[in-house]
Amino acid sequence: MKDHRGKEGSSRGKAAALLPALALLLVALVVATAHGESALKKVSFIPLWSPQAQFAGYYAAQETGIYKKYGLDVTIIQGGPHRPSSELLEKGEADIGSIWLSTALQKRSRGVRLVNIAQIVQRSSLMLIAKKARGIRRPEDLEGKKVGLWGDDFRIQPEAFFKKFKVSVKAVPQSYSVNLFLRDGVDAASGMWYNEYHTILNAGINADEITSFFYSDYGLNFPEDGIYVMEETLKKDPAKACAFVKASIEGWAYAFDHPDKAIDIVLAHMRVANVPANRVHQKWMLERMKDIIMPSGQTGGTPGLLRKEDYERVGKELKAGGLIRDIPAIDTFAFGCEGHVQK
Amino acid sequence: MFKNKGIAFKLVLFFTLSSALIFAAIFSYNYLVSRRMIEKGIEENSANLITTTTSRIEVLLTSTQKVPQNAAYLLENTNYDESELFKVIYAIVEKNPEIYGAAVAFEPYAFDKKKKYFAPYFYKNGGGISFKYLDRFYDYFRWDWYQIPRELEQPQWTEPYFGEGGGILMSSYAVPFFRVVDGTRKLTGVIVVDISLDELRDIVSSIKILKSGYGFLISKNGTFVTHPIKEYIMNETIFSVAEERNDAMLREAGRKMIQRQTGFSAKSVKSAVTGKSCIMTYVPIKSNGWSLGVLFPYDELMSDITNLNHIVIALGIIGLALLALAVVFIARSITKPLTQMANIAGRIGRGDLEVQVPDIRTRDEVGKLASALDYMKTSLKDYIRELTETTASRQRMESELKIARNIQMGILPKTFPPFPERTDFDIHALTLPAREVGGDFYDFFLIDKDHLCFVIGDASGKGIPAALFMAFTKTLIKAKASANLETGALMEQVNDELGKGNDADMFITVFCAILNTVTGELRYTNGGHNPPIVMRSGGDESYLDGPGELVVGIMEGSRYSTRSLVLKPGDGLFLYTDGVTEAMNEADEIFSTDHLLDVLISCRDKTVSDITACVGEAINDFCKDTPQYDDITMMALRYEGRR
Repeated sequence: MKDHRGKEGSSRGKAAALLPALALLLVALVVATAHGESALKKVSFIPLWSPQAQFAGYYAAQETGIYKKYGLDVTIIQGGPHRPSSELLEKGEADIGSIWLSTALQKRSRGVRLVNIAQIVQRSSLMLIAKKARGIRRPEDLEGKKVGLWGDDFRIQPEAFFKKFKVSVKAVPQSYSVNLFLRDGVDAASGMWYNEYHTILNAGINADEITSFFYSDYGLNFPEDGIYVMEETLKKDPAKACAFVKASIEGWAYAFDHPDKAIDIVLAHMRVANVPANRVHQKWMLERMKDIIMPSGQTGGTPGLLRKEDYERVGKELKAGGLIRDIPAIDTFAFGCEGHVQK
Repeated sequence: MFKNKGIAFKLVLFFTLSSALIFAAIFSYNYLVSRRMIEKGIEENSANLITTTTSRIEVLLTSTQKVPQNAAYLLENTNYDESELFKVIYAIVEKNPEIYGAAVAFEPYAFDKKKKYFAPYFYKNGGGISFKYLDRFYDYFRWDWYQIPRELEQPQWTEPYFGEGGGILMSSYAVPFFRVVDGTRKLTGVIVVDISLDELRDIVSSIKILKSGYGFLISKNGTFVTHPIKEYIMNETIFSVAEERNDAMLREAGRKMIQRQTGFSAKSVKSAVTGKSCIMTYVPIKSNGWSLGVLFPYDELMSDITNLNHIVIALGIIGLALLALAVVFIARSITKPLTQMANIAGRIGRGDLEVQVPDIRTRDEVGKLASALDYMKTSLKDYIRELTETTASRQRMESELKIARNIQMGILPKTFPPFPERTDFDIHALTLPAREVGGDFYDFFLIDKDHLCFVIGDASGKGIPAALFMAFTKTLIKAKASANLETGALMEQVNDELGKGNDADMFITVFCAILNTVTGELRYTNGGHNPPIVMRSGGDESYLDGPGELVVGIMEGSRYSTRSLVLKPGDGLFLYTDGVTEAMNEADEIFSTDHLLDVLISCRDKTVSDITACVGEAINDFCKDTPQYDDITMMALRYEGRR
């Protein structure tokens, strides 16, 4: 039952199919041996989730040879719900990984020496999607309502949000899909702006029928996807890690400039991974990634920079929630790549 | 803009255009009605087709639904242990060929107070049946098949999913079951069965509408469950397709579909297979809230009516062309003789009356026009011939009259001064003839050395008779005048001569006088003529004694007296006819005797020729260009005596 049911529901919640992943690995190896001149440094990268436009920049950098340009031979490991990136880094199964800031801080607090080498997503995409038909138009309207919440890191912002507006909700564990919300099992559901929100629109609910609460709009902006390495890996070859960061940012720039090509690349990876692939959905996702990677309102936006106020806000909220004991100094947690890049 | 175009052009344009309009109206109506008929046919056919299809699907789903429903009833109302539960689940999988696998999943600690996860699962595996527990790694509480019926406390069909190996599309039917604990009905777990959707797919894919029409099935979320394009299945929703096509209408139709409505797409939907415009009908699958959509390719449905319309249009165009030809032919048959006759009329207008009018035998307007033209030509010809004849006779008459006038004028003395060797008197006469021949005359002659006879007269009437009468009178007077004869006796003789055989009752006024040039004695008789004016040399002008005697020639045997007057040297006499005093101006006023007298006073000292000229000018000034109907004749005499 486990395997066949693993395909159910949203693109977020797919049990990784082992075979396609191996196939991809094999392809990557073949490519690596064919082109892999001795000069290229081998790097493995684990994204947060199964292939989708959330990682378009990395796939684009790999497919268009940007990594190679920076002297890297990158293998992108197929991610998924049962392959958490932080664990792969911890076990040494991947060199570099994409991890949420809040996740990394908690891991660090538990003694896992993860170092942030780039903060790609600047704006939190996590949101609460509520039905207007259930009378929800303001945060206060959530009082007593059934709200679907994801576990672990996804609960930090909602709980701070409910606390802020002094509402108590009936939390319902949210599964990998939004079907419970679509079938009126809950009044509000958690979602990522670039993913579940659009899934809901494409399940026939109109945008004017729902109320959106972006946590980032309520003083709870938690920057999400960042690029992390283990401290010892970084020490061994900081130039390699920094080359990966530079190349990945260039890959993102390429993806934003060539959305159709980038989506083609992503869709190809999705098909290999055997996850539902939908072009308009991936297009939406890429557009939203642009919004959260390069928020228009942000000043001094160096791509990839972890801003101190964002860092401290996340640290403060995690500490208040009892999820970490101390907030590490930003310069020990985040590593600046300036001066470490060789082409 | 068509002013200069011919009748043929206007007729063709008018008839062709109006016929085309009528044709277009009939065609449109026919098209609309036949289209409505076809659409109605589709509605009926599709209703049949869709009813058959949906009822097959319903049978499939409801027969599956009954199995877990019965099991739930069993679990709610009986006590069972683990082995009995296993038997039930095993039997479900074994006895129902359409069921791939079945599980009974309990709430945490609901079956066994020590076990959070308890969910035995039997499933078909190759030829046999396998078993496993769904454990904490699988964490069934988080899956839709468990969570949704649990939260809604209602049986649910799950969204479709790909089964083991990824190839088989499946869906699960999950029924929550309850137990009454301490008086309250409490949710205990969920019974779930998995079925393959292959059979359902076969049912839907058997829908074939004409060449390219097809059916598809979407889930509650709008996800394609079956579709002729394999890539759509599970990857696309009807809404993502609408977003890609930017088709708001399709999205609206999709919303109606997932809201379990039945209907037609408001506008045409593009076929995902051929790209053709289609009419989409949809109907809900009641058991699981999915929706069956069927696309009817518009052009294929309409191909019969389209073919028919092409033929009708072609026939219409040919008909219009024939009609235009017929109109051209008719118009030609009308305009050709018309043009011909217009030419003939033009030639007649230029005077060519010998032109031949075509012989048109039809009795229509053209025929009438031709015969009218012919009649006009003949009439004109006759008229002109008559006119020519009349003109000729009139010209002849006029020339005869002219001759008569010339003769008349010729017999009047015209040499002035008439007696240049005589100084004892002077005489001058002037006549201004009217257009027609008049009857005025004057005459003067010496009877002997000492006697001057002078006469002025005016015959009644006009024309030749008057001229002849006047000539006759003049001749008579000249013949009979003698020094020994009194003017009265002369007038009596002349009167008697003229009166004989005067059947026409013509007459003549005559003033006749004989002047003794030695003594200045003037003896005279006035036969009804205007009285002459005596102009004394001292400057006294007056009309000679009262009204005269009877006009001459009217009554035989009339008596005339002789009167006398002595002229002194320098005295004069002015004689005239009624043409002078009755000369008319534009205002129909006559010159009058008073005016004549005034004029004579003004020119009394002039010679006789100047006096007549003076009066002539005065008449001219008075009458201007008004034509005169009477001869104007005057004569002036001055006696000088012997010195």
